[in-house]
Amino acid sequence: MAPKSDLPQGTLDLLILKIVALGPVHGYAIAQRLQQVSRDVVQVPQGSLYPALHRLENRGLLAAGWDESETGREAKFYRLTRKGRAALGSETENWQRLAGAIGAILKLSEGGAE
Amino acid sequence: MTLHSSRPDARTDLLHGTLDMLILRTLQWGPQHGYAIGQTIRAQSSDVLQVEAGSLYPGLQRLAKKGWVTAKWGQTEANQRAKFYRLTPEGKKQLLREESRWNELVQAIGRVMKAALAPGTEE
Amino acid sequence: MTWLRRLLRHAEMEDQLDRELRFHLERHTADLIARGVAPDDARRQARLELGGPEQVKEQCRDARGTRWVDDLRQDVRYVLRTLRRRPGFAAVALLTLALGSGATTVIFTVMHGVLFKPVPFADPATLVKVDEQTKGIVDYRWGDRWAFSYPNFLDCQRDVRSLDMAAFRYGGGTVSGSGDPEFVDALQVSANLMSVLGVAPIAGRSLLPEDDRPGAAPAAVISQALWQRRFGGAPSAVGATVTFESMPYTIVGVAPATFTIRGADILTPIAQNPRPFMRLRGAHPGISVWARLRPGATRAAAQAELDAVGRNLAAHYPESNANRGFIAEPLRPDVGGVRPTLWLLMGAVALVLLIACVNVASLLLARAVSQDREVALRVALGAGRGRLVRQHLTESAVLGISGGTLGVGLAAIGVQPFVLLWPGGLPGADRVQLDWSVLAFALGVSLACGFLFGLAPVLRAPSQRPDPALRAGGRSVTGSRQLHSVFIVAEIALAMVLLVSAGMLGRTLLRLSSVDPGVNLRNVLTSRMAVSPSILSDPGRVRAAWQTVIDRGHRVPGVRAIAMVDTVPMRAGNNQVGYWTAPPEPERMQKPLALANSVTPEYLDVMGIPLRRGRFFDDHDRLGSEPVVVIDEVMAQRVFAGQDPLGKRLWTDLAPEPLIVVGVVGHVRHWGLAADDRAQVRDQFYYPFAQVPDANVRRWSELMSIAVRTGVEPLSLVETLRHELRGPGGDQVLYATATLEQLANATLADQRFLVVLFGAFAALAMTLACIGIYGVQAYLTGQRVSEFGVRMALGATARDVVRLVLGESARMIAAGALLGACAAWAAERVLQRLVEGMIDTELSTFGAMVAILVLAALVASFVPARRASRVDAMTALRQE
Repeated sequence: MAPKSDLPQGTLDLLILKIVALGPVHGYAIAQRLQQVSRDVVQVPQGSLYPALHRLENRGLLAAGWDESETGREAKFYRLTRKGRAALGSETENWQRLAGAIGAILKLSEGGAE
Repeated sequence: MTLHSSRPDARTDLLHGTLDMLILRTLQWGPQHGYAIGQTIRAQSSDVLQVEAGSLYPGLQRLAKKGWVTAKWGQTEANQRAKFYRLTPEGKKQLLREESRWNELVQAIGRVMKAALAPGTEE
Repeated sequence: MTWLRRLLRHAEMEDQLDRELRFHLERHTADLIARGVAPDDARRQARLELGGPEQVKEQCRDARGTRWVDDLRQDVRYVLRTLRRRPGFAAVALLTLALGSGATTVIFTVMHGVLFKPVPFADPATLVKVDEQTKGIVDYRWGDRWAFSYPNFLDCQRDVRSLDMAAFRYGGGTVSGSGDPEFVDALQVSANLMSVLGVAPIAGRSLLPEDDRPGAAPAAVISQALWQRRFGGAPSAVGATVTFESMPYTIVGVAPATFTIRGADILTPIAQNPRPFMRLRGAHPGISVWARLRPGATRAAAQAELDAVGRNLAAHYPESNANRGFIAEPLRPDVGGVRPTLWLLMGAVALVLLIACVNVASLLLARAVSQDREVALRVALGAGRGRLVRQHLTESAVLGISGGTLGVGLAAIGVQPFVLLWPGGLPGADRVQLDWSVLAFALGVSLACGFLFGLAPVLRAPSQRPDPALRAGGRSVTGSRQLHSVFIVAEIALAMVLLVSAGMLGRTLLRLSSVDPGVNLRNVLTSRMAVSPSILSDPGRVRAAWQTVIDRGHRVPGVRAIAMVDTVPMRAGNNQVGYWTAPPEPERMQKPLALANSVTPEYLDVMGIPLRRGRFFDDHDRLGSEPVVVIDEVMAQRVFAGQDPLGKRLWTDLAPEPLIVVGVVGHVRHWGLAADDRAQVRDQFYYPFAQVPDANVRRWSELMSIAVRTGVEPLSLVETLRHELRGPGGDQVLYATATLEQLANATLADQRFLVVLFGAFAALAMTLACIGIYGVQAYLTGQRVSEFGVRMALGATARDVVRLVLGESARMIAAGALLGACAAWAAERVLQRLVEGMIDTELSTFGAMVAILVLAALVASFVPARRASRVDAMTALRQE
């Protein structure tokens, strides 16, 4: 089986923002979601998840608060701020441009060279 | 290593693997020299992806070291001497691998982006 | 949480981070267990997948953006730990710094309070001082600024719209009536003075324009001090009467204690002054004018208006106002001559502080060298070089700030005593206090010092490569030795400057103390005296009153001789009068000046001034007889050089007729022991009080003194004299009493103060320098133990080792002495310019101070040298 790809830089932020956009969620849940949806294609080291969350919180894109989790234990929940929502939009655009550009190269037909 | 997007505030840092993939793809249709590779990538991406020389040539070295491309000195149309690169059979295989991986990645990310699950639901 | 709150809630943040990661691990473990993984394996796997928690936390902290604060916190804790482990080092460093920085802070506090503050009135930036200015003529003695005449003031006040102008002049006098009569300082003021300065009365009201008219009912504002003294601070004082200069004034208000101009106790309306000179446009009876710019007005606009008024008046009144204008300048506090002294002291303490820094730097350097191995290890293990440098700088900063804080503490204790000890009282002393600017200064200085001595270990040997230090024994002595030598040279040089300065000041003081004042200082009492104000308008009665004073004075037991004198030598106050030896009268600016003194015949006996030629005055010299004058030998030499002055005529500004010279007396150092030799006006002459014309008797009597030669301790007679001379009305007062000895001493007070302080600083500097030298040499010889062992094994004796070490020390000391001597020579130039009476550089004193310092330094180096020589060769070699 092919080794897992690393996430392109900046995409992790995008994915986190998108997941949080669906509703307040704690760190472990985000990790699980990423895992599940990527079906093991994308490798997100859990160790880089939390620094990313803190970074996004620092930049004001996420807001955090402590709340009771589904198991009854207290956990730190993240939610999207208005700034974060705007960032999600622009990051999505960026990603689409990038993916589109790379895709264009990959669809290169013979006559496209030079 | 960076690929410049034409918008200065949207610099995209791609990993080695992605650049490798783009170079290999460009070479699929015949040998080219480094400068042309860069130009092609730029043109075909409508200026979104601009490869710096500082990333391109080390990238080519890396690919040569891995045996996915070979290099030979030749003459350009303008009769200048340049180093031409071409794909090896191994390189072709690598290209397919990278492409499929890239597609899976894009799909995976796409899944997350399109997801509309209710909050709190897991597993 | 906002960024700032995150900063402050460090512990809380850490706790949250910990809980967040723990939750993750627990959930992950639980999920794995639910999937069938064994609990231990589940825990391990969860941990592995998350990565090392510490690392993750570290990255999260990075992401938070407060990393540098956490690092700083850690660094400071590390530094404190290190210092606690070497208490000796810390103590020495801190004490040294505290002394240096404390002294510097004290001086700065004084400077800030005295020199840098504006006048103590509201909105000082809009206050100006207005003078009359003579255009194109600058008198070499007075400059071009003059006091106002009253009519000029009134015109300016009326016509200059941009300024609210107020005037005042000194008008001290006797307060009598209920209670003891006393002489008080007082001012005659225009009604708006208090309002111009923004001062509100604490009781009653201030003067009004209605009071400030000729012929209005006499009204006065008294000071808070007078209010307490004579009325017990009772509210009934407002509206009561105070008898001042024999006139009853109604008290309309009390001025606050913060409002002091020349220490005035009474303010009376200036327009009520009936004297004729108030109405003369050409008379300038010491009227000062202060003004405030009206809202929206600029100084330029005010000046333009003043110029216009000046031109106008010059056209209308050419005799008095030709070539005369008015000039407005910002009002600044009067600091007298303390500015140069303060800057001198600041220079001295700065040197002490530098020496302290060099000491600490050399301590740090020694420690850095001994820590080389430890540092190399840490670098090899991956601690970033930048981090190490940061830690090192943090240490310097911590040391610097701690030393500075201790210094501020010392300063807080030392400032007030220092101010109290200032000779003659420090002007503006009440505004000297430790405030934010002082703390900011101390902080700045501490950081600068920290930076300075923090550089030391960095500046020595090249970059620390891990290998050499780890491989070999690890002593890079050579690198630090050069720098340590530089330190020793620097310390010696700095200490030398202070020592030589102190020596020269001491020598100066000695010389000045033995200077001949020209009078016999022992057993002479001087005092200002005011006759009863009620008789001042009658010259005959005034003369009689003075005669009575002399007669009654004679009858007091213990009094050998008593005389009247206009200006007492070596006391503030002088009367400079123009003179010429042949008509016509020279131009005002070309006239030479002499110190004129009106006296009674016994003056010579009282003062013990030698008579050189001719005679002094006697009872035959009175009104109607030939006007006579006695000159001093300086004037005789200058004016009548070579010729016999007796019988020659002298014209003066005092009277239209010339005076006949009847005698020559010895020169008196009127300007004081230190300042007289370089004074501009040294000619002196005396004339009999009896020959003062009636018209001037009153004015002369308003500021008259008596001098008494006693057979007993002079101060013991003061009360008796006060009682005997109080006059029939009981309102003749003695004030400003002092013995001649006290006055003479006071003229050297500044020099004495400087000697004490510079001496203390020099002693401190020398001690610090010797401690530094001792420390450095002890350290360096300690490093070279093996080398000495080898030498001794090869045949050197203990003596040879001592000679070797001393020889090296001597070279450094010599270099420092040379450097220091040059610097000291330059410092002498500065002292000569700033300190009165400073003698020229005297080789003997210079040499003595150099020798003292060199000797002390050699002794300081000798001890470690001897210890080094006692090394047992075998032990030394084994140590390697």
